[in-house]
Amino acid sequence: MHPAFSVIFLTTLIGAGQGLFLALFTTQAYGLFDLLPKQDGAGFYAPGSAIALLFLAGGLVASFFHLGRPERAWRSATQWRTSWLSREVIVLPAFMGTVLLYGAAQLFDWRPVLATLPGGTAIDATFVLGLLGTLLAFLLFLCTGMIYACLRFLREWHTPLTVINYLLLGTASGFSLAAAFAAWRAPELARFFAGWALIILLLGLVGRASALIRNRRLKPKSTPQSAIGVKHPRIVQVAQGFMGGSFNTREFFHGRSAGTLRWIKWLFLLGAFGLPALLLTAGISGAAKNLLAAAFVVQYLGLIAERWFFFAEANHPQNLYYRSVA
Amino acid sequence: MTQLALVIDLNVCVGCQACVTNCKEWNTSGSAGPMVDQNPYGKDPTGTFFNRVQTYEVGEFPNTETIHFPKSCLHCEDPPCVPVCPTGASYKRKEDGIVLVDYDKCIGCKYCSWACPYGVREFDEQQKIMKKCTLCVDRIYDPKMTEEERRPACVRACPTSARLYGDIHDPESEVSQAIREAGGYQLMPE
Repeated sequence: MHPAFSVIFLTTLIGAGQGLFLALFTTQAYGLFDLLPKQDGAGFYAPGSAIALLFLAGGLVASFFHLGRPERAWRSATQWRTSWLSREVIVLPAFMGTVLLYGAAQLFDWRPVLATLPGGTAIDATFVLGLLGTLLAFLLFLCTGMIYACLRFLREWHTPLTVINYLLLGTASGFSLAAAFAAWRAPELARFFAGWALIILLLGLVGRASALIRNRRLKPKSTPQSAIGVKHPRIVQVAQGFMGGSFNTREFFHGRSAGTLRWIKWLFLLGAFGLPALLLTAGISGAAKNLLAAAFVVQYLGLIAERWFFFAEANHPQNLYYRSVA
Repeated sequence: MTQLALVIDLNVCVGCQACVTNCKEWNTSGSAGPMVDQNPYGKDPTGTFFNRVQTYEVGEFPNTETIHFPKSCLHCEDPPCVPVCPTGASYKRKEDGIVLVDYDKCIGCKYCSWACPYGVREFDEQQKIMKKCTLCVDRIYDPKMTEEERRPACVRACPTSARLYGDIHDPESEVSQAIREAGGYQLMPE
C-alpha cells in the first residue's frame, strides 16, 4: 500500500494523546487509594488534559487531509453498524469531548461526590469522567486497529496483532509523553510514568516483532493463476491496459525498493523501541528532564517510521493485476 | 433474487479495447457524470476508467498463448467494499444486485478501494470521489431505448460477443447457460 502521511499522523498523534490521558488517569486512580501522591487538578491534570487534547485535535485535523471531500465528513458517522471507520469517527470526538470535560472539571475544581466506597473513599465527578475517558480511549484503539484488521484480503493487517500493536505503541508513546510532562509539572511522578512507558514499550516491541515475523512467513493466497482464472504455472503480464499509471498503480504500491523498506524497518525498530528504551532508562536513573523529553520525541519520530512501514508492508491482492506496464 | 452480472469469455476476447472506449464514452457523458482524465495528451496520461483490458502471456515460448483479460467490477454477491463505507455512499441494490456509489455522499476516503481485492474502484482525482462500474444502470432500465440497446455499453461494443450480460440467478438466462456450458468460474474465489 502507498503510505499516506495524513493517516500516519492521525494514528500516531491520537495514539499519543490517548496514551497520555490513560497515564494521567492512572495516577489519579492510584492517588485515590493513596498509592501515589495526589496531584493538583488545575496545576497537573488540567494542563495534561490540554496536551492530550492538542494531540487528538492534531490527529483529527490530519485525518481531514485524507478525505477528497472533507466538507461531507459528517456523513461518515452514519454507518457505525457495519464500518469500523464510521465507529472511529464517532468515538474520537466523543473521547475528545470527555477529555475536555475532564480537564475543565479539574481546572475549575468541579468535583461533586457521586459515590462513596465502603472504605470511605469518595468518588467524585472527575474520577467518573476519567473512567469514561479511559473506556473511550480503549474503544478508540480498538476502532483504529480494526479499521485495518478487518480487511481480510490485506493479510498483513488481518490479525489481532494489529489491534494489540495500535494499543501498545500508542499507550507507550503516551506514557513517555506523560513522563516528560511530569518531569516539569510533578517530578515525583516522572519515574512512575517512565517505568511504565518502558514496560509498555517492551511489550509493544514483542507485539510488533511478532507481527513482523508473522508477515514474513505469509504465503499469498491469491496468485496470478487465481487472479485471471487460468491454470498454468507460467503466466506473465504483458499489458495492464494503459501506460501512464492509474489510481491502481498509485494507491496500492509504495514505490520504494526492498532496500529502502529494509532500512526503514531498522530505523523504526531503533527509533520507536531501541533509543527511547535507552533514554527512558537513563531518564529513570537520573530523572533528567531533557532525557525524558528526548525519549518521547525520538519515540514519536520512530512511530512515524513504524506507521509508514505498516502501510508499505501490506501487499494488496489487486497488485497481481498490475505487474507490468507495457 | 436477481443478480445482474457480466460473463466474459476469455477464449473469445481479442483485446481490441472497444469495451474500454465505449464504456468511457457512455459513462463520461451519462448520468454518472464525467470520468475525468489528467494530462490526456501529455507525457503521463491518466484518468478514471470503469473497465480495463489487460494482456497476459501464458506458457513458455514457443508454446505460448495470449490471453486478454477485461477487468471491471464483478458486482459481488457479498461485496466487501460496501460494509466498510463510513457514509453509506457505497451500496448494493436489493432489486438487481448492482453495486453503486452515491456520488453525493462519498467523502473520498478511499477505504472501499482498500477492501476490494480486485482493484476495480478508481478514485476520481478531479471530483475527489470514488467511482466504479455501474453496469450502465442508466442504460439497462431506460424505457426510451430498444431491448437491444438496453445493455451495458461494453457489451454493446464487443465485436466478438465475448461479453455477455444478464441475471446469473435465473438458470435460463443467457449468462447462466454460458456459465454452465463453457465452464464459467469466479476470479480469486479465495
